[in-house]
Amino acid sequence: MIHLHYFAGLKEVAGKASEDIQWTDGTVEDIVKWAADTYRAFDFSAVQVAVNEEYVLETESVKPGDHVAFIPPVSGG
Amino acid sequence: MDAQLMKPFEVTNEPLEPARYMEYVTHSEAGAVTLFAGTVREWTNGKRTMYLEYEAYVPMAEKKLAEIGVEIKQKWPGSRVAIVHRIGALSISDIAVVIAVSSPHRKAAYEANEYAIEQIKKVVPIWKKEMWEDGEEWIGDQSYKPGSE
Repeated sequence: MIHLHYFAGLKEVAGKASEDIQWTDGTVEDIVKWAADTYRAFDFSAVQVAVNEEYVLETESVKPGDHVAFIPPVSGG
Repeated sequence: MDAQLMKPFEVTNEPLEPARYMEYVTHSEAGAVTLFAGTVREWTNGKRTMYLEYEAYVPMAEKKLAEIGVEIKQKWPGSRVAIVHRIGALSISDIAVVIAVSSPHRKAAYEANEYAIEQIKKVVPIWKKEMWEDGEEWIGDQSYKPGSE
């Protein structure tokens, strides 16, 4: 199991701020593919991923128990 | 509030009080303090904003704000920094962000303060939604990926 976190427009498309999904092994790229297939109304092309609150590359592996956050382009300030 | 209880890098739902952060960074070795407040603008490119809705990935955002503080201390030695961002619904002229920097001399205090707001806009996971009279939209620079540098 991994914990997914959604924000801003993706949170609205998903209709939830977070969810847990079954997960044994794979990379960030695999999770982004899963999310893009699941939430087709959202454009993931500019989304960055954070694993356990740190930005990571798509090649990074994701382990059960990890927190994976999809970070759309930020707009604070 | 007692300075010891104050969090210098915080994301909060409460209204921001700039003077607290200025006080926090002020000390006897400092010769300059820059205090920046980012406020909610009513008109942007001819469109009228009714209010803004901010949201954050709070634990990561606070971590990133603290990292900006560490970078500033490295780049401008002798600086003290506080950076706080408000989330939730903000009205016109409400303060969304406060950055306070003290340094021995003024140039560093200005430069470091500007560096902080530029970094916030690039890497800190906070989002704003513009609420207009006739619609709403999440704002974000679609060309920039925060982890890509």
